[in-house]
Amino acid sequence: MNFFVLSLIKTALVAAVLLTTLAYLQWIERKVLAHIQLRPGPYRVGPHGLLQPLADVIKLVIKEGVIPANANLFFYLLAPILAVSLALTSISVIPFGPQVEVFGIKTNMELAGLDVGVLFVLAVSSLGVYGIAIGGWASNSKYSLMGGLRSSAQMVSYELPMALAIVSPLLLANSLSFREIVDAQAGFWFGIIPKWNVFAGPFPQLLSFVIFLIAAFAETNRIPFDLPEAEAELVAGFHTEYSSMGFASFFMAEYANILTVCCVASLLFLGGWQPLWPSASGSDFVPPALFAGAGLMLLFHAAQAIRARKWDRFSFPVFGVLFLALAALFLVPALKPVLVPLFWFVAKVGILVFVFIWVRGTLPRFRYDQLMRFAWTALFPLAVLNLLITGLIVALAS
Amino acid sequence: MDAILFLIFAAIALGCAINVVLQSHPISSALSLVGVMVALAVLYLLLGGPFIAAVQVIVYAGAIMVLFTFTIMLLNTGAESRPRRQALHTAIALPLVFSLAGLISYLAARQADSSSVVTFGGFTRGDPHTFGIALFTTYLLPFEVTSILILIAIVGAVVLAKKEI
Repeated sequence: MNFFVLSLIKTALVAAVLLTTLAYLQWIERKVLAHIQLRPGPYRVGPHGLLQPLADVIKLVIKEGVIPANANLFFYLLAPILAVSLALTSISVIPFGPQVEVFGIKTNMELAGLDVGVLFVLAVSSLGVYGIAIGGWASNSKYSLMGGLRSSAQMVSYELPMALAIVSPLLLANSLSFREIVDAQAGFWFGIIPKWNVFAGPFPQLLSFVIFLIAAFAETNRIPFDLPEAEAELVAGFHTEYSSMGFASFFMAEYANILTVCCVASLLFLGGWQPLWPSASGSDFVPPALFAGAGLMLLFHAAQAIRARKWDRFSFPVFGVLFLALAALFLVPALKPVLVPLFWFVAKVGILVFVFIWVRGTLPRFRYDQLMRFAWTALFPLAVLNLLITGLIVALAS
Repeated sequence: MDAILFLIFAAIALGCAINVVLQSHPISSALSLVGVMVALAVLYLLLGGPFIAAVQVIVYAGAIMVLFTFTIMLLNTGAESRPRRQALHTAIALPLVFSLAGLISYLAARQADSSSVVTFGGFTRGDPHTFGIALFTTYLLPFEVTSILILIAIVGAVVLAKKEI
């Protein structure tokens, strides 16, 4: 098929899925946080609050956008646009699965297969700091300015250990393209342990994986490194003065960044779409078994007499049947080569996203000087050490 | 296609570069400079140097210019106050600027050997592999000298800053 039409279809598909995921990430975050704190979380809009993101979007769109007095209007309006567009750009080079054949058309499951995809993500994420810094500066408020200053210092500092941690898997794969890095992680040690970079050869990349994750928390301004928006000291930091769509854009940018770093982490360290154990030993049947199990459990609960909530009489059977249908989809031979790798990739990204939310529900915030000292005196030397050992091993092996 | 993209991004780079000088507020100038860097990165990409393009954005736009804006924001400098321009200044400066620009482009066009001019897609050694090999074999000495120079600059900066504290 025409390259142009194919790209358009893929872009539309990815954009639709991405934006829905971003909206629902916020719902998932509120739900998980609520359950960590033994609360039900959003519950009133739709069954189990499932329509809450929609309500939030409507609320934010029809809210009044307040522009503070003496704000630099051009930069004040530019900052959220910059933040959200850069955050959404980097997803375009992330591959979601291997080369597949759908309806006789061979295509890679990605939007753009760059040879230097890893560098592209680094470049775009290094530009992302401008949205926050400019937004904080242009608001003409001391809290915003402090938030903007903190974020630019923090993001420049944590970019170094992050980039150094990324170099190790690049060395192991001898490539800068995400697809080749994932392909290099195919196969299994002793036929059972996957050859992912965290389980790599003589020197597992566990240290660089942890360094990457810690730096990713700082890059995305999440607790425990959310100093740019520390609400105890800075009201809301760089987005204090933003309301309506400006605020929504910053929020969307944050979730898009989380999604991107989780995708990058699972591609570089967790083998992307490579399964946990060989498909010869039945790893292809994990997704249908999981979905079928979930569906049967929902149907079982729906059949139980004890149902406290009225909605569940409707939602439990409906979602049970939906999950069973999903499980059946994984068994269709034509769709299997597309869905099974996608499942493994989404599962890894999902677990990492859950870790992000989990950490937010558990850890307190760092103090600013601790944050900086940690980056330069602990994370940076460790990343260099890890890189030296990996380089030595790669040099000895070749 | 390449030529159209080149014209678009060359125009953006030039526009931003002129804007750096024209703006009176340092933040606007710094951000225009970021625009120049990013547009230049696209030009590198068009010439077949994806690695250089990415590094250009990561290092210049993503790190050095962030420090620039950080410093400007930290010092909270206001808009620059300018002496009133006089018509005479403009009348003398503009022809001089244009003649200098014309001279430079004329010399560049005359000096450039038409066989060595880079064409779109003609340069294929811009990938990270060849780049790395060139950096660590042919250009090893300049590379190491530069890194030592940067190290000296860092040490010097620390020494100077210590005196202030």
